[in-house]
Amino acid sequence: MAEIVIENLRKDFGSFTAVKSSSFTIADGEFFMLLGPSGCGKTTTLRMMAGLELPTSGQIYIDGEEVGQKPASQRDIAFVFQMFALYPHMTVGRNIAYPLRSQGVSRAETRTRVAEVARILGIEDILSKPVGGLSGGDRQRVALGRAIVREPKAFFMDEPLGALDAEFREHMAEELRALHDRMGATTVYVTHDQLEAMQMGDKIVVMNHGVVEQFGVPQDIYDWPATMFVAGFIGSPPMNFLGFDGSVAPGATEVALGANRFAIPQARDGGKGALVLGVRPEHIRLDDAADYRGRVLAVEYLGTTQIVTLQTEHGEVKARTASSDPVRVGATTGLAFNPRTLTLFDRDSGRALRSAANERVLDHG
Amino acid sequence: MSGFSITEPSRGQKWIAGLLVAGYALITILPLIWIVATGFKSSADSIAYPPKVFFSPTLEGYVNLFTTQTRQTQEFLAAHPPQTWYEEIVHARGLVIAGPSRFGERFMNSVIIGFGSTFLSVSLGTLAAYAFSRFKVPLKDDLLFFVLSTRMMPPIAVAIPIFLMFRALGLSDTHAGMILLYTAVNLSLAVWLLKGFIDEIPLEYEEAALIDGYTRFQAFYKVVLPQAATGIASTAIFCLIFAWNEYAFAVLLTSGTAQTAPPFIPTIIGVGGQDWPAVAAGATIFLLPVMIFTILLRKHLLRGITFGAVRK
Repeated sequence: MAEIVIENLRKDFGSFTAVKSSSFTIADGEFFMLLGPSGCGKTTTLRMMAGLELPTSGQIYIDGEEVGQKPASQRDIAFVFQMFALYPHMTVGRNIAYPLRSQGVSRAETRTRVAEVARILGIEDILSKPVGGLSGGDRQRVALGRAIVREPKAFFMDEPLGALDAEFREHMAEELRALHDRMGATTVYVTHDQLEAMQMGDKIVVMNHGVVEQFGVPQDIYDWPATMFVAGFIGSPPMNFLGFDGSVAPGATEVALGANRFAIPQARDGGKGALVLGVRPEHIRLDDAADYRGRVLAVEYLGTTQIVTLQTEHGEVKARTASSDPVRVGATTGLAFNPRTLTLFDRDSGRALRSAANERVLDHG
Repeated sequence: MSGFSITEPSRGQKWIAGLLVAGYALITILPLIWIVATGFKSSADSIAYPPKVFFSPTLEGYVNLFTTQTRQTQEFLAAHPPQTWYEEIVHARGLVIAGPSRFGERFMNSVIIGFGSTFLSVSLGTLAAYAFSRFKVPLKDDLLFFVLSTRMMPPIAVAIPIFLMFRALGLSDTHAGMILLYTAVNLSLAVWLLKGFIDEIPLEYEEAALIDGYTRFQAFYKVVLPQAATGIASTAIFCLIFAWNEYAFAVLLTSGTAQTAPPFIPTIIGVGGQDWPAVAAGATIFLLPVMIFTILLRKHLLRGITFGAVRK
């Protein structure tokens, strides 16, 4: 059990910088997600925390101790690899027991602890089998077993569900989360799947190009993205961006996109020039009485909801509406925005302008 | 009715494949069978024309191979009746056994030098291949090319310099010298082969071991080595076959103490006429160790030869 603090962490590979001065804190017992597209530096960050890569600069504290330059074997952490990395020349039981053998745990105690772990994971019946013929799910469980048997300070997981098929992933995600809730150990989990991150994480760090874009609880990140990257990466479909030239003054409660005026949460920052209005698809209502007009290009039926793609004067906009809403492709309709979660961005920097609604989230990180 | 299939050959195709394999096996195995058979022929049978396929087997060749003999008078032979079955064979030809031949020693030399250099090549090769595969070695590609380039000319091209060096260093006709030489020749093959195998072992296994509390070296010998077993076994076979069969250097650099079997076997011809059965017996015994070694490791060898071709 441990708190993990990352300070100004940086990693260069030759002239390529994989991670640029990242800082964040992972509270004791938290299920923490490192989220980002491939190549964003999330895995490198995790590997530095585990001791599989040495940071170029910066500090990593696990449980108050600076471990940045320590070898992995001395950090007392467990790592679950994407491809599981079960030792192929050993049985399931020996795989799970392997971390204990390095610590010189007695045979009898090893047997008890392996049995206990196998019981928790429901793999008692395969302990004597070789790992070669196991199904993906069982491999996953064995990898978890090897991680939890030692009761380490923290668990690090690198896309552990990435190798499983979609159907099973859902199930394992639940199992993982339940296991975490039961053991209460600090867990850092790398994924590129924003749904997985939202579903499982207590907190999320969103990274892009080696930079931490935002970190916070999933709800805040979803509702109050700090940058256009986060807004565009999270959500399916992602946030709509309506680009316009204009200005907004501090204290304003309205913004003008050409002739259309939209109510917004009261602005704290002013902005001028190339701006972007961000609106989540589910915060758009199709309302014939509204002034802002769009022509329906396509409708995707998703059961209870539907995704309506509309052509507006600011480009294509996707709206998520109840599938009972009558929509006809080709028809023109009005769009009304729920003002609560509208976010203004500065297009050049990509950063969100602070408002009465998002300042709580943006100011803390 | 069976349709066309890429993976399942038809009955006719299986027959053709079987015939081809059988034909090829026959061509390669026939000389071996002939050598083994000749070893059990009498001198007369071995040079009979047309060649004899059916003959009454005798151990004459083997007895000649392992012993030296002298011709004695009839009186002497009558006074000293044969005590053992092999003395009996010799007596029948008017000879007595004077003592053991040098074949046993030479054969042991082959064993010591062959297995010794194989062990050294494979252990050094594994360490070097691991370093090349896993670490950032400065000028890695150039070094690897250099290692390979030692193999580009036939080893015998450097025979004279090596002969002179060995003489200067006192390595001529020593076991250590021959082991050193064969190791040097085999090492490039071992490094390249083993690097291929170690490259195939995912890094995650070692990383998992590091995380599980093992040191770098423990991760190497507890996790990497068992997984490289296939590669190590097939590399060992290749190295052994080279060292075992090597003739040119052995002729040049050894004459007595460290002489291996390959240069010794032809010298049998000269002892008391052309004794083909003894030569064949020597060749047969000489074949056995490599054959047994290969059969023991054949599973690894098969997987080793196709390594990299199929994704696991």
